[in-house]
Formats: sequence, C-alpha cells, structure tokens
Amino acid sequence: MEKRKERIDRGIKARSEDIFALSSFREMLYLLAPRAIPVIGLLGATPFLSAYWQEVFISMAVYALLAISWDLLISAGLVSLGQSLFYGVGSYLAGALNYYWDWSPLFTIPVATVFGGALCTVLLLPVLRLRGIYFAMVTLVLPLMISRLVEATRILGGTEGLTGLDPFPDQLIALWLIQLALLATLFGFRRIINSNYGLVVRGINDNDLSVMSAGLNIYWYKAQVLFLAASVGSFTGAYGTHLDMFAGMPGFALDYSIMPVASAVVGGMGTFAGPMLGAFILVPLSEILRALGALRIVFYGLFLVIFVVGLPEGLFPYMQRKYHQFERWVTIE
Amino acid sequence: MLLGTLVYGLVNSSILALLAMGFNLTFGISGVANFAYGAIYIFSGFLTWILLNSLGLHYLLAVVLSILCTALVGIVIYYIVILRVKGLALSEVMATFGLGLAIMELFRYFDFVGFRYTLPVFFDGSLSIGEVYIDYQRLIIALIAVGLTSFLYLFTRHTKVGLAFRAIAQDERTALTFGIDSDRIGALSMAFGSALAAVAAIVILPLGTIAVEGGYEVLINALAVCIVGGLGSTVGILFASVLIGYAQTFTANYLEPHWMMLVSLIAIASILTLKPSGLFSRQKELEERI
Repeated sequence: MEKRKERIDRGIKARSEDIFALSSFREMLYLLAPRAIPVIGLLGATPFLSAYWQEVFISMAVYALLAISWDLLISAGLVSLGQSLFYGVGSYLAGALNYYWDWSPLFTIPVATVFGGALCTVLLLPVLRLRGIYFAMVTLVLPLMISRLVEATRILGGTEGLTGLDPFPDQLIALWLIQLALLATLFGFRRIINSNYGLVVRGINDNDLSVMSAGLNIYWYKAQVLFLAASVGSFTGAYGTHLDMFAGMPGFALDYSIMPVASAVVGGMGTFAGPMLGAFILVPLSEILRALGALRIVFYGLFLVIFVVGLPEGLFPYMQRKYHQFERWVTIE
Repeated sequence: MLLGTLVYGLVNSSILALLAMGFNLTFGISGVANFAYGAIYIFSGFLTWILLNSLGLHYLLAVVLSILCTALVGIVIYYIVILRVKGLALSEVMATFGLGLAIMELFRYFDFVGFRYTLPVFFDGSLSIGEVYIDYQRLIIALIAVGLTSFLYLFTRHTKVGLAFRAIAQDERTALTFGIDSDRIGALSMAFGSALAAVAAIVILPLGTIAVEGGYEVLINALAVCIVGGLGSTVGILFASVLIGYAQTFTANYLEPHWMMLVSLIAIASILTLKPSGLFSRQKELEERI
C-alpha cells in the first residue's frame, strides 16, 4: 500500500483564500480552531490566573487594542507614531468627567470613547492630506505637544494629574471588559476590512490617486477610519484611567506609542491578529524583563529593528502560511 | 533686556543650526530620515566624556577620536540597518527610531544619569557687549556654526565627494551613470551627518549636562528646523533656525521657559499642516500630500 502527502487545506479552499467548501466537522474544526482557541483561552482561562498575571493580561489586552487600532490606520496608509495621543485624550476625558463631575465609569468610558475619538479626529483632520512619513511626524509631535501644554498651563492637574478616581468594582469585571472589547475589536475590524468598505480603505493605502479617480472621497474615508481607530485608542485610555485611578501626563508617554508599533511590526502589519499576537508576546516579555529596568525599552527598540530589517512580514502571516501548508498521509487508490 | 534677548537669540539660533545640519545633510543626500539622530548626538557626548574622564586622554585627542568613532557608527548603522530597508520610508523611520531608542536607553541602563556628566568648556570667562554678559563658549558656538556652514558650502561645491553628494541628491540614476556609487555616498552622508552631530554635541553640551532626555529634544529640534526650512534645503535650515531660535528665546524670556519646547512642536505641527514641504523646499508637493 503506497501513500502520498496531501495538503489539508486542499478541498477546503474551494476558490480562493477566504471562500471555503466544508463537508465535515473535521474540516470545520480546521478553520475554527485557530479562531476559537484564543477566544476560549482568553475568556475561559484568565479568571483562574493569579491576580498578578491577571494584571499582566489586562495590560496585554490594552496594548493589543492600541496595536490593532494602529493597524487599522496603516490599512488606510496612515502611519501613526503617536498612539499615545488617543490613549492620553481618552484618559484625560474619562478622568476629568469622573474628577470634576463624579460620573461613574459606566458613563465616563463610553463618553470618553466616542468624544475622545471625535476629538482626535478633529485634531488630526488638518493633516489628513499628508502622506506617509509627514503624517507620522505630526502624530509623533502632537502627544508631546499636548503634554507640554498641560505642563505649562497647569490645566487638568498639571504635572500632578487627576488622582483618586473611581476604580472598577472588581478585577474580574475589569479583566472581562477589556478582553471582550479586544475580541470585539479584533473580529469587528477584520470584518470591516474584508467588506466592500474595507476594500476602498485598503485601496487608499495601495494607490490613493486611483481611488480618487474612481470618484470616491478619500478624505471622508480616511476621517472615518481615523475616528474608528481613535475611538478604540480612547477607550483604552479611559479604561486605563479607571484601572489606575489616575489620569495624567504619563498617558501621553512614549510607551503607548512605541509598544503598539513594535507589536504590529513583530506580529505582522495589516492582519489585526498579528498586532494582537505581537502585543501578547512583547508585554509578557517585558514583564519578565521588568527587573532589568531601562533595558526593557532597549529590547523593544532592538525588536523593532530586527523585525523591520529581518522579518518585515511579521510572525502572524508566517504562522498562517505554515498552518495552511500542513500535510497528511493518504493512501493512493 | 532686549539686547540680551537679541544676543542670546542669535546663540540659540546657532545651536539649532548646528543641531539640524547633520540631520539635514543625511536626509538631503540619501533621503533617509535618521530618527536615531538624537541618540547619535548623545552617544558622542558620552563617548567624549568616557574618553576624557575614564581613559584620561588629552582633550583634543578625545574630541578627534570621538568625532571619528561617531562617523564610523553612522557608517555601520547605514550598512547594517538602513541599506536593507532603503526606499521604504516607513521602515526606515521605524528602524532608525527603534535603534535610537535602544542606544539612548542603554545609556540610561548603565546609569549615565546625573550632574557629573558634563563636558569641559573651551575657554572659561565671559565678555560683555554693552550691558549683556556672554560667556566665551556661547560665542564659540556661534562662530563654529558659521564656520561649519561655510565649510559645508565649500565642501559640496569644490571637492569630488561633495560634488558626488550633490549629484546623488539631485538625481540618483543620472549620478549612477557617471559612476557614482549611491550606496557608498549614502554611507558617507550618514558618516558626515553623524560627525556633524558629534561636533554639535562637543560644542553645545558644555552648556549643560549630558542627559538621555536631551536626545529626544535634539531630535525634535532638528526635525523642527528641517521641517520649517524644508528638508534638504540649506538656506531653509539657516532661515528656520534663526526663526525658531528667536521665537524660542523670546518665549523663554517674556513668557516662561516651560513654553520653549512648545515653540518647536507648534512650528512642526503648523508648517506640516500649512506647507509640508517647508518654506524653502524644492521638493514636489505630490510626494507628501494629496
């Protein structure tokens, strides 16, 4: 009896990368497993971890959300080096609402999400016409500028920040909230980017002039994408504020800008799952390296260089390709 | 008060011009936005300090060694990192940014923090112009800024390498047909840019302490000057450093020193919004905006 190797995905992929013909539960499992395992793993397993590791998972999810929001921007050709703008704006909005008017987190987080997203969009609206590196430079500068402005004018608590804000009632609630938000964003954005709307968005990245000549207003599309990404970023800011019970200048810190970029580059840009994977690798790694102090940022920097230069594709597309290349032995009839 | 502001504004402008020169040179020739520029500046500062204090070398020898080593670092960075991602603007920015971050934070890790990290001034003492006292170091900064600018002007017009620099900057393909190796010139431009950063560090750092945070400010200031003046334009750099230099000094004197850094940030944001190619740039509009 002779045997030969056969690709598992043959027969499942009927016409293209994302149209499938499924004829058995095994084949469904083949597609479902990589999507279901992270969902079940996140929601099911994390409540049993120790409090310390729950906190690590929370910060993983926060950075993953920022990285996914970065990835949506890059899908539309907008390079952001300042995700901390979104984080900081959301953080200060939620903090101010809670500090001055005593709103509960139940209201501050949604309000900060929507209005933070709108505020960031309005702030970046004048530079939406800029391309690539020029847009990147503005986004790099804006969070620095705002935090200097807060320092100089001493508004919103100045360098002290707003302290003593309302915490979440329970760590488990906080954990589930951020993880549900992460999964919703991940699968939501993947859906958006594969729809007709997403086709236009990706078209702007590939060739903006030809999208314009198709009669589509690319600035309107860019503004919408920016609003979506900024809302997600502001949500993490508002969430982080209530988690730390503090809103202040660290919200505009370089950490929130560099980590999402590093995660996306390590995980693979333009895939949404990639940046999440990147954040889930880099954040625990930085927890392990916490004892090394400033050396952590050295590692982020080096990771960024190594992956940009050595593996520009990123980990996730690589793993995805390998998964679709799995083979099995079948008998030759 | 006004005279003092004018004199110190001039010194501040020279500082900015010195800072921006290296960044501008590399960008103008090889088109690489070197976001590791601030890190290279800090690196050469600490290197000079180590050569002077830990190895006890003579000042002149330490300075020359430090400038050469920094140039060498520039070449290494070019061949190992930049050359592999050349042409991909986003990758260039991220790779150099990451590298700069790594270099600067490495110094923080090895505890290069504190007031003892200062470089010596060239000559002690000060001079009075009317009722304004100004120390020699600040005068030297202004002189060196003028000297370096004229040196670069002559260098790019009357030497073979300088002419090759300009050829690559103007049209890379035509330059290639004349037998100019664009990789070699790119590496040289990076070496020159880094050496200029080292000169700037050695001249400017005696005014304060060498601090890791300074690297970020240097990068922001260099970016501000280059963006306002127009990336790659020498006249623009001089004009922009005078503009921003005086704006900074006036805000520091008449408002508050806190607002000084804000000037460069606002300058970057507003110029990029209104005229992203800068006030003096000859680059095409279509490349940066649609």
